[in-house]
Amino acid sequence: MTTSFPKPKVRHPGLPVNALGLTQRDYEGAMSTLCAGCGHDSITAAFVRAFWELGIPPHQVAKLSGIGCSSKTPTYFLSGAHGFNAVHGRMPSIATGAAAANRHLILVGVSGDGDSLSIGLGQFCHAIRRNLNILYVLENNGVYGLTKGQFSASADVGSKTKKGEVNRNQPIDPVLVALSLGATFVARSFSGDKAQLVPILKAGLMHKGFAFVDVISPCVTFNDHEGSTKSYRYTRGHIREVVHADFVPVREEITASYEAGTTKDVTLHDGSVIRLRKVAPDYDPTDRDAVYAYVRACQRRGEVATGLLYVAQDQPEMHEIENTVDTPLVDLPFEQLCPGSAELERLMEEFR
Amino acid sequence: MQHRSPLDRINDFALKIATVNGTGSASANSLLMQAIFRMGIPVSGKNIFPSNIQGLPTWYEIRVNHRGHTARTPRFDLIVALNNATYRKDIAELQPGGYLLHDSTWPLAAELRRDDVHFLGIPLARMCGEAFSDGREKLLMKNIAYVGALAALLDIPLELINQLLGEQYGSKKKLIESNYRAVRLGYDYAKQHFECPLPLRLEPMAPPDDLILIDGNTATALGCLYAGATVGAWYPITPATSVMDAFRRFCERYRKDPETGKNRYLIVQAEDELAAAGVVVGAGWAGARAFTPTSGPGLSLMNEFIGLAYYAEVPSVFIIVQRTGPSTGMPTRTQQADLLLAAYASHGDTKHIVLLPADPEECFTMAVQAFDLAERFQTPVFLLTDLDIGMNDWVCRKFRWDDAYRPDRGKMLDAEQLEKMQAFYRYLDVDGDGIPYRTRPGVHAKGAYFTRGSGHNKYGGYTEDAEEYAEVMERLARKVASAAHAVPPSVIHTREGAEIGIVAAGSSNPAVLEAVELLAEQGIAADYLRVRGFPFDPAVEEFLMAHEVNFVVEQNRDGQLKSLLTLETRVPKERLRSVRYFGGLPLSADHVVRGVLQALEVPA
Repeated sequence: MTTSFPKPKVRHPGLPVNALGLTQRDYEGAMSTLCAGCGHDSITAAFVRAFWELGIPPHQVAKLSGIGCSSKTPTYFLSGAHGFNAVHGRMPSIATGAAAANRHLILVGVSGDGDSLSIGLGQFCHAIRRNLNILYVLENNGVYGLTKGQFSASADVGSKTKKGEVNRNQPIDPVLVALSLGATFVARSFSGDKAQLVPILKAGLMHKGFAFVDVISPCVTFNDHEGSTKSYRYTRGHIREVVHADFVPVREEITASYEAGTTKDVTLHDGSVIRLRKVAPDYDPTDRDAVYAYVRACQRRGEVATGLLYVAQDQPEMHEIENTVDTPLVDLPFEQLCPGSAELERLMEEFR
Repeated sequence: MQHRSPLDRINDFALKIATVNGTGSASANSLLMQAIFRMGIPVSGKNIFPSNIQGLPTWYEIRVNHRGHTARTPRFDLIVALNNATYRKDIAELQPGGYLLHDSTWPLAAELRRDDVHFLGIPLARMCGEAFSDGREKLLMKNIAYVGALAALLDIPLELINQLLGEQYGSKKKLIESNYRAVRLGYDYAKQHFECPLPLRLEPMAPPDDLILIDGNTATALGCLYAGATVGAWYPITPATSVMDAFRRFCERYRKDPETGKNRYLIVQAEDELAAAGVVVGAGWAGARAFTPTSGPGLSLMNEFIGLAYYAEVPSVFIIVQRTGPSTGMPTRTQQADLLLAAYASHGDTKHIVLLPADPEECFTMAVQAFDLAERFQTPVFLLTDLDIGMNDWVCRKFRWDDAYRPDRGKMLDAEQLEKMQAFYRYLDVDGDGIPYRTRPGVHAKGAYFTRGSGHNKYGGYTEDAEEYAEVMERLARKVASAAHAVPPSVIHTREGAEIGIVAAGSSNPAVLEAVELLAEQGIAADYLRVRGFPFDPAVEEFLMAHEVNFVVEQNRDGQLKSLLTLETRVPKERLRSVRYFGGLPLSADHVVRGVLQALEVPA
């Protein structure tokens, strides 16, 4: 009873290809085993699209996750990438180690609200502190799915489980946590809004440092009912897109034009550009304190602010902070690592 | 033990220095240790320190022995008693006929006097108070002054002390001058007031040309450096902290790109030991040699990741510097009570490769071996040392390095090999030796696979199938069992006519070696096997089966090594007797002799 189903590799000759000559099918993974209609599957599709559009060679990607429904999803995209389904809540430390060993790997971490906000809250926070170079996506449904419907730490006060229990504990908002800890890229999106999510994922992949994306992703089985604040219906009724990100790769020209003062361009380290279209006037996605206040104010009004909420370029990521050599540590020849016998002999004199 | 004649006491005695933590006695004590070492006399120094920054009692014990027996001894012939709070206890520990050096600035209470020992009063505080003006200096120099007094009493050449101070402080002329002044205060006072040297004294032996004085944690760090480890992750914990401190020092010296000044290493001070273990597993998975040093409490936390690394077959090195447990226990005392935890760490069926060094020299060589075995067997490897080895200075042979050494990366496929392959499956036993091939991410599209701690089949796919699951688990068992032939072999000391066997591991070694001789003097000949690795090499079982009675000597309450021998060899339980000491001080030969004699029902 193998419970992983490969998709048949059928390739239609008419499918469009990316810069590497690969079709979107080349960026897919095994068949999803999640419930039909699960928000996570839409995020998986957005990943496929984002990686394909960016033309990233799959084998240079490391997909990392913890435990839970969300953490299963790396199996469902980029079958040509290396994957690591680690232990519950501890993906950030695995990612830190992988990044330490090989700074050329493109890291994508997939986590959930149980994984990142309860059992793994510490690791989540410290990966932000280190400004680990990773796209970190939290598929947020407010509920524990695999263990059948307990509240998670992101459940809002007053929200109800399917059985009718009411949550009385304060929620942890990962966006506010990330902002307050100094994350250099903070976004929120909705699994039902691919037009918003795909460019955010692309921008996050190209961002240098910790790119955090909280995606409200309804659980159709345990948290899509009346009284839930993470249902499709509730989310659609309460999201407020405050800033829309368009990702413009380095080799493309910016063609669309907008009214003066409504856009802000953020140039990434490779020269590509994130064009932020401000849906809310006066919103400054580069002012951390203002963003924090704005998100809090939305929350008080019962609104869920979405979009690429905050971005800071040119903050040093882990390797820059640690002043590591440009060559990945795994590629350093042994001769550069071992001082050799003559040096050991000299060194021994210091222990006499 | 019989009272020896004064003549015997040349290069054969133990002294203990009782001071207060944080008063600068550590540098004075190491100066003394180093001087004795330079005189070519076998010596050991045991730092018995509190879990405290300042104010609590601390002791430094030095044993010299011309025959090379330098295990800790609880019998002190000379005590430097400079801590009022512990006077009573310290004086009580002095052997009859011994010497007690105390600060006579203040009178010694009458009830602390003993008729059977010699009191050597030196007004250390008064002399230093008069000679130095700075308050902190007055306190610190008191320690250096007692080193001067001991130099006169024990016959340590003053030039040697002077030379060592010069080496230590280099260009800091003022510091050298004030230290030397303090040495002279103690030295001159002793010369003027006592008959120097004492019958208890030192005599230079052959110069220690091939020897060094080093602690195990520094040696371990040096092993990690030479093995080519590039990623270190840790969370500060006594007594393992100095492993990473030393690794960082070595890296700053040897791992800087000469052109850019950038680092050829990365050390992550993690948020806790869970994360430290995760970083090591992540880095090992990505192909780097990675390690974490920790102690018991950290090992408890790392269990989750150790199980993942075992099941997902990720090379990783765990350096465990054991301290006294359970729980927080006594963080600054030594023990060997994490053996079972290391051998079977994590939930589910697991078993791990454990290396058991007995001294800093083996810390160095076995640290290198740990990385080789971790990569060859694609599994966690434990280097299990303890506080006694890790934090005390030991006299060892100089470490040597073979420049022909290259890391054993095991079955790691490169891009060229992958290109030629039809298909790669991560957990397939291609060679029939239980060890599959691995790849590292980013190398080649054909090398991609999914790593998981959940049930997987030999192709690397997720499974909940009973047979597919069991097939991988059986192979893992075979793989780790085969490491019995790859771990460092046991060291066996045989003795003519021996009927009993003694088995021990790690830092118990010096005490057992001495005990074997003491037992022989009492007509009890014993063979001695020192276990150096787990899974046990075949010699362990052969040894146990060859002796009707085997005494298993260890530093824990429950006889963990004995349990492991019972579980992992065919030896009948009744052939094993336990000799245990678990008080947290380094093991002494007395413990071993007494334990063996009691078990043999011979009056001690």
